[in-house]
Amino acid sequence: MNKSAVDQPRTIDRVNASLKQRYNRERRFRWFGLGAVLLGLLFVGLMFLNIIGNGYGAFQQTRMLLEIDYHPEVIDPAGERDPATLSSANYAALVKSALRTRYPDVAERREKRELYGMVSSGAALLLRARVMADPGLIGTRQSIWLPADDDIDMLIKGHIDRKVPESERRLSDRVIGWVEQLESTGAIERQFNLTFLTGGDSREPELAGIGGAVMGSLYTLLVTLLLSFPIGVAAALYLEEFAPRNRWTDLVEVNINNLAAVPSIVFGLLGLAVFINFFGLPRSAPLVGGMVLTLMTLPTIIIASRAALKSVPPSIREAALGIGASRMQMVFHHVLPLAMPGMLTGTIIGMAQALGETAPLLMIGMVAFIVDIPGSALDPSTVLPVQIFLWADSPERAFMEKTSAAIMVLLGFLILMNLIAVILRKRFERRW
Amino acid sequence: MLSVTPDTMGSVTAPTGVIAAGFSPVVDESRAINGTVGDITARDPRMTARHVHVYYGDKLAINNVSLDIGKNEVIAMIGPSGCGKSTFLRCLNRMNDTIDTCRVEGEIKLDAQDIYASGLDVVPLRAQVGMVFQKPNPFPKSIYDNVAYGPRIHGLTGSKSELDGIVEQSLQKAGLWDEVKDRLDDVGTGLSGGQQQRLCIARTIAVAPEVILMDEPCSALDPIATARVEELIDELREQYTIAIVTHSMQQAARVSQRTAYFHLGELVEVGNTDDIFTNPRHRLTEDYITGRFG
Repeated sequence: MNKSAVDQPRTIDRVNASLKQRYNRERRFRWFGLGAVLLGLLFVGLMFLNIIGNGYGAFQQTRMLLEIDYHPEVIDPAGERDPATLSSANYAALVKSALRTRYPDVAERREKRELYGMVSSGAALLLRARVMADPGLIGTRQSIWLPADDDIDMLIKGHIDRKVPESERRLSDRVIGWVEQLESTGAIERQFNLTFLTGGDSREPELAGIGGAVMGSLYTLLVTLLLSFPIGVAAALYLEEFAPRNRWTDLVEVNINNLAAVPSIVFGLLGLAVFINFFGLPRSAPLVGGMVLTLMTLPTIIIASRAALKSVPPSIREAALGIGASRMQMVFHHVLPLAMPGMLTGTIIGMAQALGETAPLLMIGMVAFIVDIPGSALDPSTVLPVQIFLWADSPERAFMEKTSAAIMVLLGFLILMNLIAVILRKRFERRW
Repeated sequence: MLSVTPDTMGSVTAPTGVIAAGFSPVVDESRAINGTVGDITARDPRMTARHVHVYYGDKLAINNVSLDIGKNEVIAMIGPSGCGKSTFLRCLNRMNDTIDTCRVEGEIKLDAQDIYASGLDVVPLRAQVGMVFQKPNPFPKSIYDNVAYGPRIHGLTGSKSELDGIVEQSLQKAGLWDEVKDRLDDVGTGLSGGQQQRLCIARTIAVAPEVILMDEPCSALDPIATARVEELIDELREQYTIAIVTHSMQQAARVSQRTAYFHLGELVEVGNTDDIFTNPRHRLTEDYITGRFG
């Protein structure tokens, strides 16, 4: 018995039968993909919310309005305006006398200690700086906003629970009463905290700033950029354009690709052994940090640069050679300018990676507590990620928001650098 | 005049004193080519090639080709795809050096100087023997810089005004001056295909070469642009020697004075263009011209 042509199922019917299943599979796959992306975005969003929520407070500083009497007998008893005398005078006494004037009822020693503890020790330094800059202030009476102690700062920002029993609190009821009194008269408020951005590190949270770490990061990145960009580009050029193709160059290529995957702390150990112990370079200096990070970034730059060089079309090379350009001229006049955007993108990405590196810099000592802002690449300093690491360890409550704020600054720099890399890539795409 | 005539299958005999451009004996009779038919020499040769073999790795791409390129003539090299005409052309200015696996044997001379002599600097060679490629490849620079690049790197000019003069002259000779004279700073890659190819020709003649090699210069162009480039080749003939590889027999017939027919890496027949196209002597040439295979 033979089937007639009508009984045979047509192709279109068979296709239609399986079509629904195919489309369903595709739709499921699409939803999974979308779900994964949304999940990732959700976690990123949560992370940002957490960090910003914790950190935005650090950009504001609680300050107290006090009337300071610049008593000449305290600052400059001899009346000669000698800078040495002005510099070493007891400005803390001025602050204390202002507080006593505000609260004349305070008599007991313990109460007095609590009262004086409301203002930061940095207030005295602030007064000193003002008097040194303008000795004409001596003998006058001025109202000035002075930084409050970090416990008061935390109270104002709402991190200290006033309902908890007094014995479990850092601040006594008395102090809270004074603060509430000041709040009602408007003599205490939160103001923009410039010290956070410009000041160096400090044991006192209200005086601590990322200025030193930012400068240290800047110097380190500068050294890294100045060293790794020329060396990386030159190495990529040589390997891609001039080196013969034999087993040795293959070995070099394999090694460079592998170096990109080496844990960064190994470079730190290398830096410690060679740069610091053997060559005797200064410890904790951005110079050594930059050299270690150069070693770390070089493979990234070389790999990105080689990819950029490979993407230059051979027709341009042939045209240049056909005109009678030498190998060097062809590479430097034609290939390099066309490959430069790709190389720059790779470099910026490498720099962004280097900015966030902590482990290798710990090994070479950039983990010390350094108060001064570094003035050159040879001064001891620390970098932003290490500063975050150090603050995260500190017990004071105020350092928590400072850590988050420093993370915000670091993330801001990283986003900026990656944005520049993206813009560069888009701008220079397909110039030929 | 030297000539080799086809002999009986399988062997080459030539009278003494005559250059036998013969091949190693072939077993496959269908490919029995016994020497190039026609006169490989030219009256006043600019470049001479003798017994050239080209290998890509182990594969023989050009098999014992000898050919002269005469002064101020246009010689067309035709043949089916993959027959080695581009490879042979690229030997003439040593562009095959850029290919790692390529090996050239034999003697090629430019005005009695062996260009494959060891230690010879290819840079001045390529300034004397210029090349125009199949796909127009202007540099992604301005039109002015495209044409000025050659004179600049070879140090052919002393001052800016001299350079301006050379650029203008080259663009005029290439027939492009009127179209671009007020936009010399525009980027070269922004021109149309035909204009780009004429720009490449202008770039090549700016260094005042002796010989211009053209590798299928019109294959990426439309018919009108092709006609203009062919006109240009005719005008350039007065000053330069031109060797052109072309896929189109009609183009070879229009443009050249001598034609060389290549087949599977061997030079089958050479002669005056009119003779080749009206009265080919070798069977393979005749088959190709009449379109029996392409």
